[in-house]
Amino acid sequence: MDGGATRTYQTQAIIIKQIKLGETDKLLTLYSPKFGKLKAVAKGACRPGSKLGGNVEPLTHSLLMLARGRNLGIITQSQIIDGFLALKRDLWRMACGLYVLELIDSFTVENNENRPLFDLLLATLHRLCQADDSEIVLRYFELNFLHYLGYRPQLRQCVCCNLPLRPVVNFFSPSEGGVLCSSCSRKELISQPISVDALKILRLWQNCDYATAERVRVKSELSLELKQLLQGYIRYLAQREFKSVAWLEELRKTVIDSGGETE
Amino acid sequence: MTFVAEPVTRLIEEFNKLPGIGPKSAQRLAYYLLRSSDEEARALAEAICALKEKTRLCSVCFNITDRDTCVVCQDSERDHSKICVVERPSDILPLERTGKYNGTYHVLHGTISPARGIGSEELKIKELLSRLQDGSVTEVIVATNPNLEGETTAMYLRRLIGPLGIRVSRLARGLPFGAELEYADDMTLSEALEGRQEF
Repeated sequence: MDGGATRTYQTQAIIIKQIKLGETDKLLTLYSPKFGKLKAVAKGACRPGSKLGGNVEPLTHSLLMLARGRNLGIITQSQIIDGFLALKRDLWRMACGLYVLELIDSFTVENNENRPLFDLLLATLHRLCQADDSEIVLRYFELNFLHYLGYRPQLRQCVCCNLPLRPVVNFFSPSEGGVLCSSCSRKELISQPISVDALKILRLWQNCDYATAERVRVKSELSLELKQLLQGYIRYLAQREFKSVAWLEELRKTVIDSGGETE
Repeated sequence: MTFVAEPVTRLIEEFNKLPGIGPKSAQRLAYYLLRSSDEEARALAEAICALKEKTRLCSVCFNITDRDTCVVCQDSERDHSKICVVERPSDILPLERTGKYNGTYHVLHGTISPARGIGSEELKIKELLSRLQDGSVTEVIVATNPNLEGETTAMYLRRLIGPLGIRVSRLARGLPFGAELEYADDMTLSEALEGRQEF
């Protein structure tokens, strides 16, 4: 926090989680550009006539006025900057959005500023509203999300012997945080093969903006490989399964056969 | 609390577990019951026991009932071609109070919540689909709460039920009575505009 003497302060934030607190209040988890993750109480937000109501639902970018409380901040005013309506009216896109929020929530700590991460989160939610292929949006997010948190995977040299990687099938090691050449991979127990194409795409996405990343045509087998690779790495770092991934998989299986649905 | 008799401490601890009851309120309730008549205390104890022993879920709609099929499902006067899907048994009460609905209900016992890891398997969705098999139902009204989880559930149900040729409707969303336009959120306001009606 900025430590000022003022009792109230203003910040924009993306609401990443809410849980009901008591009969009518909500405890919100926010992600803000200046203070990182924050927790705050929205009093009376569950009442039908509440002035906060829909402004503090997850997947909303709002401008908030907060009063410093003894433990938690209290939201006194709110105004929506972007409600991401296209996201909330589409089952698949909403599930993607919730996955992004879960990653942010589980990898960040409170009051730790990370402006690039906030910008990435905001841009990703905008992209999910428009994108035809949400898989690319998610993979680009995951890769850059890892970078801004300090887990950028090493993709140019072997993480063990440091020699440049040859264009053959190499091995990705979550515990080493990068790619192993085929000779070093024998020493590492947990590693999975990474194809030449997958490695090329990851290298490109690590160093380009989204507009360039989006232009790459990714075939479905390659898309699956990239997904397993990045999600496997993230799962290893978090040492747990993500609940929203299970829901994404369920949707993939049951109702969505061709990418996304729109009303 | 060694200087307080064990039964009193035990009751205080039990009350303390209830939602919204802190240690002081728990104490006050326990001492109130200690002072009250035997009948009053016994009536409360019996009511609590009956709550668990004599209630069960309706075999059709999964509302809470004291028999195999609930009053609503047994009522031949009601319109059995309409099913209103709600999250919790307590959601039926306000809908009944309006006096505007004469169909039947289906209680899901929760909503799909990706954030809390609750998928469709944990809800009574399969049971709802099997109720739709015989072709007598013409409309399913989805009355889940208008929040992220309620919307997810509603959209999921529409994807499952829509292909069966049954009408799926959703409770209208708009401005609540007594609200102010200035403070309405974008989603509510845009839906209120889209769904505006001549009057």
